[in-house]
Amino acid sequence: MSKFKKKKKGLPAISTASLPDIVFMLLFFFMVSTTMRETDLVIKKPVLPTASEVKKLEHKSLVSTIYVGKSKDDRIAGDKIQVNDKIIDIKDIPAFIFAERALRKEEEVKFMTTSIKADKGANVGTILDIKEQLRDINALKISFSTTKGSNLKTNY
Amino acid sequence: MARRENSDINAGSMADIAFLLLIFFLVTTTMDVDSGIARKLPEKTEDAPEVTIKEKNILDIVVNRNNQLLVENEFVQVTDIKRLAMDFIDNGGGISAAKDGNPGEPCDYCNGAKDPASSDHPSKAIISLQSDRGTTYGMYVSIQNEIEGAYNELRNKLALKKYRRSYKDLLDDYKNNGTESLKTKIDFLKDSYPQIISEPEPIK
Repeated sequence: MSKFKKKKKGLPAISTASLPDIVFMLLFFFMVSTTMRETDLVIKKPVLPTASEVKKLEHKSLVSTIYVGKSKDDRIAGDKIQVNDKIIDIKDIPAFIFAERALRKEEEVKFMTTSIKADKGANVGTILDIKEQLRDINALKISFSTTKGSNLKTNY
Repeated sequence: MARRENSDINAGSMADIAFLLLIFFLVTTTMDVDSGIARKLPEKTEDAPEVTIKEKNILDIVVNRNNQLLVENEFVQVTDIKRLAMDFIDNGGGISAAKDGNPGEPCDYCNGAKDPASSDHPSKAIISLQSDRGTTYGMYVSIQNEIEGAYNELRNKLALKKYRRSYKDLLDDYKNNGTESLKTKIDFLKDSYPQIISEPEPIK
């Protein structure tokens, strides 16, 4: 018994000197990996469909995003289109793309991609209308935003 | 002048400040990478030249507002599309279109059934996706995904046969250090199985 009692000398305090270093390390990690959320959704957050053959979107600065989803108010039916914090009409999409183009350099315009983040319950009609608008103004590169996964059954 | 002793700055609160910042970034961070199915829309032209395409060179996919699928007038499931599309594209029953004065050639890399009633050549094979306005987007993306999958698998097969590397491998390599020879390889694969997808006006 005395053997055990001997050891009970009181715990040495854990050194917290390296704590700031650890915290800083984490801090830098998050600072680097963070992307500030640019838009607040005014529509219901779209549930993206799943797809397996996805490509990552390169050059984030050249991507303009169009959100399609239901209104937050359940009483309002139909798909709503949101760009930059506000809900717009389909025929306003060209104006949005032109505004986006104006922010980029001339030579980068042809690499610009439009990412469509649409709810999997949205109507194809809306999506095709958007595509038609984009075709009209020669914004031909589009990407149907999806989450990566192999279970396509959840899509329909 | 009274020189004051430089007292040490108390660094004890540094951890607290760092924690505060850390928590701020933890909360605001979103680590989503935007990924999706890339598509190139067809250019709009005023005077589209009239082209006659043989019925056998078109794979007709129709989807209605109840998310039911018809491929070549037969009722199928989404999961069947990939196989049907691959069979159709890779059929190679005839010769390619004449290019630059050269006469068309039969497809020497196709592994298909060479059925004369199906597509002539991958470069002629058109997939037509006719959807209804009421189809759900999830269904639409699933079909696009299956079609994309069919093309990718065919390109992959050819890549393995010709370069002994997978298509994905080549693409990854090209992204990391793009060389001319890689580009020609990828372009060759893409040209061998070009994506020709037509989307007619939706059913109202």
